Amino acid sequence: MHRNRMTTDDAAKRQDRFRTIIRLAATVFFNGYAAGFLKADIFTGRTKGVCVPVLNCYSCPGALGACPIGSLQSLIGNTGSRIPFYVLGSLMLFGVLFGRLLCGFLCPFGFIQDLLHKIPLKKISVPQKIDRPLRWLKYAVLLLFVVALPVFTAVKDGYTVPYFCEWICPAGTLEAGIPLVILDPGLRALIGALFDWKVVLLVLILIGSIFVPRLFCRYLCPLGAVYALFNRFALYHMELDQNKCVKCGRCSEVCPMAVDVIKDINSPECIRCGKCKAICPEGAITSDYSMCKKQPESVGEE
Amino acid sequence: MSIKTLNIIRIVLLVVAIVLIVIGLIQGQYFSVLSKAIRTCLECIGIA
Repeated sequence: MHRNRMTTDDAAKRQDRFRTIIRLAATVFFNGYAAGFLKADIFTGRTKGVCVPVLNCYSCPGALGACPIGSLQSLIGNTGSRIPFYVLGSLMLFGVLFGRLLCGFLCPFGFIQDLLHKIPLKKISVPQKIDRPLRWLKYAVLLLFVVALPVFTAVKDGYTVPYFCEWICPAGTLEAGIPLVILDPGLRALIGALFDWKVVLLVLILIGSIFVPRLFCRYLCPLGAVYALFNRFALYHMELDQNKCVKCGRCSEVCPMAVDVIKDINSPECIRCGKCKAICPEGAITSDYSMCKKQPESVGEE
Repeated sequence: MSIKTLNIIRIVLLVVAIVLIVIGLIQGQYFSVLSKAIRTCLECIGIA
């Protein structure tokens, strides 16, 4: 059934409002310990042993669960076996059940980047020849900072620092570092060059997000890299009806992750935001949470 | 890749994920995560 431009634009706005409500609710849910912000302290309940499916620092005063990337580095450094089965299993479970839907709908840091991108300034379209190679950077961050350096240091010294958290993670700086430093004079006295570096990196990423959608998710997020590995196999997936598709290209135009939707609808980069689905004038794009009813167009490509 | 193969991969991945979580729980890794997460991680906030 053909939908005119006004109908599809309205559908896109409604879908964006719906996603904003979900992302706001998820941010509050994952950081629901309000007393932490008042007491400049972190939550210490049993839920802190459970990994949340998003990049949400466990040192955030409001955090109710554990960041899987921080936990992964911690377990690599501290368990006797050094194979972090619990976190790897949790990541695999989240990845197979939802894929990067978690990035698009639940991640608080992704939400912040989306809000910043709404600032009405001229946007930058990253040329493909720069964008495509840069996408691999997040896998390098995952392998080097989350796995290789902690493994190497743990084997050598018997203990490791969480390299990604320490040197890169902007979510940790925003959700934990800055609030705790503001609230706790004792911590404020300890800040040095490392904190300054992390604040500079955070500011650069946040400013970059105004111009390039989901800058951190696209190029740097190691959790996005993990979920990207499962995106083609995730139970939640997108479907494109080639018989309905008129190849107008509006889906790819609105995609914040610069996915070629017609060619590769279940791309590892797709965060399942649903913008393509809402904007499609022919209703050719659908999403489904189940074992496939029909052959996904993109599986096995790329 | 056929739908059947895709679904087999999904089921295998789900089973492996659950097995890994169970092994991790048996090894006490839940408590390792808990003990890390209930203390302010100075490295994580850039003070270390």
